[in-house]
Amino acid sequence: MIAHAIFFYTFSIIAVVSAIMVTASKNTVHSVFFLILDFISISCLFIMIGAEFLGMIMLIVYVGAVAVLFLFVVMMLNVAQQKNQWFAGQSTSKHIPVGLIISTLIFFEIIIVIGGWKYKPEIFDINNSLANTSVSNTHSLGQILYTDYIHVFQISGMILLVAMIGAIVLTFRQRSGVKRQSYIKQISRERAEGVEVLEVQSNKGVKIDD
Amino acid sequence: MEYLGIVFQEVYKILFLLVPVLVSVAMIVWLDRRVWAFVQKRQGPNVVGPFGLLQSLADALKYIFKEIIIPSSSNKVIFILAPIVTMTLALIAWAVIPFSATQVLADINVGILYLFAVSSLGVYGIIMGGWASNSKYPFLGAIRSAAQMVSYEVSIGVIIINVLLCVGSLNLNDIVIAQQNMWFVIPLFPMFVIFFISALAETNRPPFDLPEAEAELVAGYQTEYSGMMYAMFWLGEYANILLMCAMGAILFLGGWMSPIDVYPFTLVPGAIWLILKILLLFILFALVKAIVPRYRYDQLMRLGWKVFLPLSLIWVVLTASYLFYFNLLPVN
Repeated sequence: MIAHAIFFYTFSIIAVVSAIMVTASKNTVHSVFFLILDFISISCLFIMIGAEFLGMIMLIVYVGAVAVLFLFVVMMLNVAQQKNQWFAGQSTSKHIPVGLIISTLIFFEIIIVIGGWKYKPEIFDINNSLANTSVSNTHSLGQILYTDYIHVFQISGMILLVAMIGAIVLTFRQRSGVKRQSYIKQISRERAEGVEVLEVQSNKGVKIDD
Repeated sequence: MEYLGIVFQEVYKILFLLVPVLVSVAMIVWLDRRVWAFVQKRQGPNVVGPFGLLQSLADALKYIFKEIIIPSSSNKVIFILAPIVTMTLALIAWAVIPFSATQVLADINVGILYLFAVSSLGVYGIIMGGWASNSKYPFLGAIRSAAQMVSYEVSIGVIIINVLLCVGSLNLNDIVIAQQNMWFVIPLFPMFVIFFISALAETNRPPFDLPEAEAELVAGYQTEYSGMMYAMFWLGEYANILLMCAMGAILFLGGWMSPIDVYPFTLVPGAIWLILKILLLFILFALVKAIVPRYRYDQLMRLGWKVFLPLSLIWVVLTASYLFYFNLLPVN
């Protein structure tokens, strides 16, 4: 049990400190690295409470894919330059009301969740009894997700698909005057259509079509 | 005191796994160069030790004694962390590889997900190295590799789903045992081919070695590295290649299972079979390096997203409907 506690406190301290460092560090790329560290320690916590499937999916989806794209975008942007433009002439107090509203909302959400545990202890008991069954994590998740909650599951998938298509449509632009390389065309070229032998007369030249 | 005993036992087990992996990584570098040379009718490294077997050790010794140069305008912490991350991630994945029904360091329920997660984290070593170098070529290499690895991971994930449909478990030992009657390479042959090619792209091997394309980017993300740090990138890369071969052997070639279940073959321990299968896949990797020219970047992306992803998705639907129709789904 002591080892369990040591690991729990190590991971949670790393999670909290790195979450603070995400907002506190000056360098945006460092923030993303701290975010990744945060994700990793959270997934370790998931694994510690026996939710191995969730922990691994967290690693694959958030650390392996989402954070890579984050890092990609942050590295490509010239953030230092943009920050100067953004904050030039603006007082930072403008952001305080929005931040206050959001943080109060999150605070009350946490209060509600913790209050739920406090006043309805049976919710907690159900969770415990589920964790003790011999069925593995993945099986039990699948059995719930694909039977009772199949519609919710499918709808969330549709929402993600629509969001993806929306993002593609928003960034798609057809540029004119760009030469495209067609894979099929390149392969299926024959010598007869690619090479032409011409008699070049002196001082006349040849017209080459582009 | 009892507690310490358990810790020592585990450390002993880990060393017993890690030291052979590291030695075999050194040997595999030699094998790679040797196969490459034979395809081109050269001799390859054949001077140091018998058949040149100790060439990698000599190289490693040279790297250790070289000076480590850290560029003055680099981000030092991340610059030093990058090779460590690559190496660590390549080695921790070996914890779940089963060498026989009992010889496995951590027999966890979600073994294949763990392997997939660790191999998808491998991109960070490269991005960190490329960004922290604060130089143009490494940065370009890092960005190329990030895009490449993320794209090919998707198709590897879908291929893993194919295998999981046939097995019904995420445990690596269960996956091996499910292939008792028939290796998955037979019913899922197209998936095996796609897995092999995606593994080449995932480990930045030729013909997909664009992150370190020496003709355009000097050495890509490794350009600014020297001495032991460069050697660690090198070792991590080859450990990753071995890991991908092991993954292919477990998913498609029956892991530690003997090819035929008859008397003289079953005497050979499972670890030997697994190592032979890994070697077979690795020689294929080395042959591909020797005979295929490098891809153009847009062709690489097209292959990943427009060919492999739809193909493997269609194959998931096919496998699922076949298993469902003939009532072969592994339900417990």
